[in-house]
Amino acid sequence: MNPLFRLPRLSARFIPVWQRNYLVWKKLAIPSILGNLADPMLYMLGLGYGLGSLLPDVGGMPYLTFLAAGTVAYSTMNAATFEVLYSSFSRMHVQRTWDAILNAPMTLDDVMLGELTWAASKSLLSGVAILAVIWGLGLYGNFWMTLWIIPVVALVGFCFGGMGLVMNAVSPSYDFFLYYFTLVITPMVLLCGVFFPVSQLPAAVQGVSAWLPLTHAIDLARPLVVGTVPDNIALHVIALLVYGSLGYIVALALTRRRLLK
Amino acid sequence: MLKVRGLTKKYGDTEVVRGLDLTVRRGECFGLLGPNGAGKTTTLRLLLGLIEPDGGSIELAGIAVPQHAREARMKVGVVPQMDNLDPDFSVRENLLAYGRYFGMSKAAVTARVPELLDFAGLASKADAQIAQLSGGMKRRLTLARALVHDPDILFLDEPTTGLDPQARHLIWQGLRRLINAGKTIVLTTHFMDEAERLTDRLAILDHGRVVAEGAPRALIETHIEPAVVEVFGEGLADWTGQHAADLCQRFETVGETLFCYTSTPDIVIDALKHAPALRYLHRPSNLEDVFLKLTGRDLRD
Repeated sequence: MNPLFRLPRLSARFIPVWQRNYLVWKKLAIPSILGNLADPMLYMLGLGYGLGSLLPDVGGMPYLTFLAAGTVAYSTMNAATFEVLYSSFSRMHVQRTWDAILNAPMTLDDVMLGELTWAASKSLLSGVAILAVIWGLGLYGNFWMTLWIIPVVALVGFCFGGMGLVMNAVSPSYDFFLYYFTLVITPMVLLCGVFFPVSQLPAAVQGVSAWLPLTHAIDLARPLVVGTVPDNIALHVIALLVYGSLGYIVALALTRRRLLK
Repeated sequence: MLKVRGLTKKYGDTEVVRGLDLTVRRGECFGLLGPNGAGKTTTLRLLLGLIEPDGGSIELAGIAVPQHAREARMKVGVVPQMDNLDPDFSVRENLLAYGRYFGMSKAAVTARVPELLDFAGLASKADAQIAQLSGGMKRRLTLARALVHDPDILFLDEPTTGLDPQARHLIWQGLRRLINAGKTIVLTTHFMDEAERLTDRLAILDHGRVVAEGAPRALIETHIEPAVVEVFGEGLADWTGQHAADLCQRFETVGETLFCYTSTPDIVIDALKHAPALRYLHRPSNLEDVFLKLTGRDLRD
């Protein structure tokens, strides 16, 4: 038996871990929310109005709407990624909080599920805040339809939380995370249709883009902003679930090797 | 309370724990001593079911580990070697959060907090941040945290390493109270006085194996001559060459000191009167002498 590679055993015991992170966050909620939200909102409004006034409709809608829909997914991705990279790494490696929890009747499966659900929760807030701006500016086609964006955002947070935990598992220090941002996150932002339609890319690159999780996220979010039913819903949902779950499973095995050898 | 049979753990080709047998009875304070790298911390991690053994069996509080490690950990409190208090929480919040990891309700933990703060001598620091605490306070809080779920057995990994004498005495006092309250304690330590003072029985580990086990006094009586004369000063080498073999039952030279182990120290001291350049220290032998005899004097790191 190789105990490092077994499937996760999920249980409700992850809740105290989630709660721990929530209680810490609550202490600094205001600056945390501002820090998380101000940046994407400024980009969205600045580029949306500034660049948007020069542009004709993009993807069949005003540029601001196009960009807002992309920003919902992008901002959620960033929030989840930052949480499981920098914050989880602090708790695991620097503060040794995970070690302390593992001395209680908790398993690494519980701890990392707590971290993952927490990252998804925190990024949900980021996504919903952008959604609130969309509501406020009336950038949507059908209000009721935009409510579906909320579960989509939670799913996107889960997806990127799971993926980021893999980086957390293998990273020797904070500096290492720059590789992930430079090689994975930033290219995705440019290839997945946040700022401009994927159809503007060369065909070969479009082929790559179709496999990237952020593309699936945006393919769900953008129609819902405009007020139409997304195409291939099942495909996009499954893709996001698979990326997130695989990330969690691989991260769990790697972290087990790191902490419980 | 704890029964370990034939425990082994390998990392690659290195056997860190090699066929370890241990028995700790209920209400006993048991010490695990050994040089760095002897396998003490690995053993504790194995006992908690945090890592999987390559062989042997562990029964902790009547529960098989690692098969039912989670259930076993419900009955154990752990004070780790490195402080891992939650720096994002205050003193009180640390206890509250830790209780939740044991599935305790908020009411149940809240009810226990005053008693735990009292035990740790931190009642006035309940709302302090962790960074504001001294090293000794952090250790005491870690000890209180390990008691949050009222465990039957406590594992302490070098509980007083890095503390000043005053802080060590406070920790010892706390541990005494726990022993008197009937808790079972397993502690690792480098400090022989700590082991002599606190433990009922102890095992000396070296290279992943128990090399001696018993009550501290009994170990001293069985393994070593009752007295030591430490000799040092000008001309030691000559004196050692001429007299040591005749006068001491056993001797060794470490650096500039001769350790002369004997049951008749008066003979050695009489002989030393003829060598006024040499100075000496006569003392009863202690656990450290046993430890050094059994594990050698080489540096391990």
